Amino acid sequence: MQADKWLQPRDNGLYCVAADCYIDPTVPVNRALITHGHADHAIGGHHCVVATAPTIAIMRTRYGEDMAQTVEALDYGHTIELGDPDDPVSCTFYPAGHILGSAQILLSYRGTRVVISGDYKRQPDPTCPPFTAINCDVFITEATFALPVFKHPPIEQECKKLLQSLALFPERCHLVGVYALGKCQRVILSLRALGYHQPIYLHGAQRRLCDLYEEHGINLGELTDVADVADKSELAGEIVLAPPSALSDRWSRSLPEVRKAMASGWMQIRARAHQRQVELPLIVSDHCDWRSLLDTIDEVSPGEVWITHGREDALLHQLTTQGVKARALSLIGYDEDATD
Amino acid sequence: MEAFSQLLQQLYFTSSSNEKSRLLRHYLAHTADPDRGWAIAALAGTLKFEFFKRNAVKNLMLERVDPDLFAMSYDYVGEMSETVAHLWPDAPTNIELPGLAELIDQFRQANREQVKALLVYYLSGMTAEQRWSLLKLGTRGLRVGLSARSVKRILAEYGDVPVSEIETLWHALKPPYRELFDWLEGRAEKPDIAGAVTFHPVMLSHPLPEDKATQLAVEDWQVEYKYDGIRVQLVITEQGKALYSRTGDDISESFPDVLAGIEEPGVIDGELLVINDGKIDSFNALQQRLNRKKPSKKLIAERPAGIVVYDLLTDNDEDITPLPLTIRRQRLEHFLSRASANHLLVSPLLPVSSNAQLQQTYANAAEDTGVEGLMLKRKDSSYEPGRPSGQWYKWKREALHLDAVVMYAQRGHGKRSSFYSDFTFGVWQDDTLLPIGKAYSGFTDEELRKLDNWVRRNAVGRFGPVREVKKELVVEVAFDAIHPSTRHKSGVALRFPRFHRIRWDKPASEADTLANARALIIE
Repeated sequence: MQADKWLQPRDNGLYCVAADCYIDPTVPVNRALITHGHADHAIGGHHCVVATAPTIAIMRTRYGEDMAQTVEALDYGHTIELGDPDDPVSCTFYPAGHILGSAQILLSYRGTRVVISGDYKRQPDPTCPPFTAINCDVFITEATFALPVFKHPPIEQECKKLLQSLALFPERCHLVGVYALGKCQRVILSLRALGYHQPIYLHGAQRRLCDLYEEHGINLGELTDVADVADKSELAGEIVLAPPSALSDRWSRSLPEVRKAMASGWMQIRARAHQRQVELPLIVSDHCDWRSLLDTIDEVSPGEVWITHGREDALLHQLTTQGVKARALSLIGYDEDATD
Repeated sequence: MEAFSQLLQQLYFTSSSNEKSRLLRHYLAHTADPDRGWAIAALAGTLKFEFFKRNAVKNLMLERVDPDLFAMSYDYVGEMSETVAHLWPDAPTNIELPGLAELIDQFRQANREQVKALLVYYLSGMTAEQRWSLLKLGTRGLRVGLSARSVKRILAEYGDVPVSEIETLWHALKPPYRELFDWLEGRAEKPDIAGAVTFHPVMLSHPLPEDKATQLAVEDWQVEYKYDGIRVQLVITEQGKALYSRTGDDISESFPDVLAGIEEPGVIDGELLVINDGKIDSFNALQQRLNRKKPSKKLIAERPAGIVVYDLLTDNDEDITPLPLTIRRQRLEHFLSRASANHLLVSPLLPVSSNAQLQQTYANAAEDTGVEGLMLKRKDSSYEPGRPSGQWYKWKREALHLDAVVMYAQRGHGKRSSFYSDFTFGVWQDDTLLPIGKAYSGFTDEELRKLDNWVRRNAVGRFGPVREVKKELVVEVAFDAIHPSTRHKSGVALRFPRFHRIRWDKPASEADTLANARALIIE
């Protein structure tokens, strides 16, 4: 059965009519399939949540043990049936390579296969298994960085810049804005891989999710809370990770001679870095850049592409030019700025 | 070129001027001639030619990318050089780039077709950052937050010499400034610039201390109006002529009418103003000229610029700065009568024979539109660059005041980057507030902390980095003058507004109205 008959964009998110459930809904609903734990995709208060076990753990960390009435943890590659048992929608999760626990969701109904990829990337990430291309009729993709200007360099290259700056300005505290879930841990791991084994200092908002990653067997090395450092002048020449919102906040005033850095895909655009008064922009993204979006679509080779949030105009234009059938869903409420 | 590109990136993202100085000095110490001299030329804006036009770059780009995608990208990035830097197809390996001097030379030697080929060759072999640097360099639009003035200051720090010496030499030297570096690094004497058209560092005044006004022995002082224009220096030698701003920037291009019609060799110090048939116009009239790098003939005819001259530094090649002011004044009057240029007016001496008369003159100055107070100069003062104490005083007329309501706040820069320290304020028109100005000074550090706290507790909206606040806080703003303005919705513009007092006690409804503000305009 044609996909748009049973899967529809609604105000609160993508709705599967045949299974009576939403994917990444932006308000509490009866049943929600969650691709990953970022706050604009996973909110608390649903009646029933289906997600990977790490995503459920992330949601519990953020919204408490009672973040939903019932939860169903689904491993990658396992299938469950939803909706009418006599006319079911089968649902399978596959790795998306975005953050810990992130999944693409394959929904299959009356012979039509739809992959909802959620947010995904193709660069290597030691905190999650790599994105797998799944054969499908409809591939639903994000378009956060869907402009040909966006080219994401390898994370090592960017983290080297941070270490070089630390060598050049040893008296300055390097305060790095990172999103607490995913970006934070990936930056830590990259620094460790580059041979940086000093303690890394954390803003309070980063702590719980770092602990959660550790519980999932991801070793982040020695992490110290800034709050536990009595004499803040000791942070000269150290790396402090904080949420982007804390960069220009009062919180940063106690740190010695702050050099502001920020790890985000948006840092490629000078005006964005300037606006935040960032002195050291690090282009680190958990999304696909333009080239890897196109390569992925080429690899998945779906009958049709649906585009969710981001710069859908450019991607739509490009796919149409290439002769790929595509449409923009215009889903609202996904805030790419906050998570990258 | 690699090192220069890296320098530009670092300068671009660094906000502190000390840090910028450190970066540039590090570059100068580690870069050989002539590359570093060309870097200085590029930064200080003395690189006088374009390699290519923006449009040529755009056309080359459009040969390589879908025009719709280009348009969407440009729309998103908002700036041509950066858009092209990111969009240009990456080569598998980057090429080794020539030094900055050689690169500049290649472009300078190339004809139009060759320029295209060069541009393609380099853009294709460069990283995105290097592309950005090349495009910015080639279109003479670096904008990395360093003024020509800062470059001179940093050169002075680099060579540990007074900045006034750099300013004196500056316009007599040409890129790549080898003789300058030879001197700054102690390998040679200071370059000889006798007879060259060059800037002479100016003498500045102090504000008149309040208690001093009634105690002056008036017979020792020369009294003149303080004009509301901009301080300039006009230099004429056998070799040419130039008009400089107070900080030594060459502004000749913007004021061809000032340079025309005078050939008498000398260096004069005065105030640039719009002067119509010997009559001085307001600062507002001058503002329209200041906004134009290259004014049209029509604008020049409507707003002719001239100088009210108050000092003479060089009289026909003779340095007269050691002479006392009274003597220089006589030489100036002779100079002007020889020059007979009707756009150069001599600043009249105000007759003051008693302290009471001085007070009266000061009071009268407040009524005059082209004037912002009095200048008091010791008659025996020599012309000494910098701000020597006790020699020259400015006695500005009392500031004007309005009670305005804070409407928007924005974070500051550098040390103030975590504080809301830039405020937009407005006055009432009926029951609407209209913004009339912006201020970021006049409060103490303690008051700044309180203001910052108030903004955070009373923010109601956000537009990018700007916070809108509840319309509840009244500040008494002080400013030097208020002018009609077509560029502002309120129809008025304030000159040098700053906080005078924060009126935590005053309800917003009791703040001033636009009518109150208009009443302060001196017609």
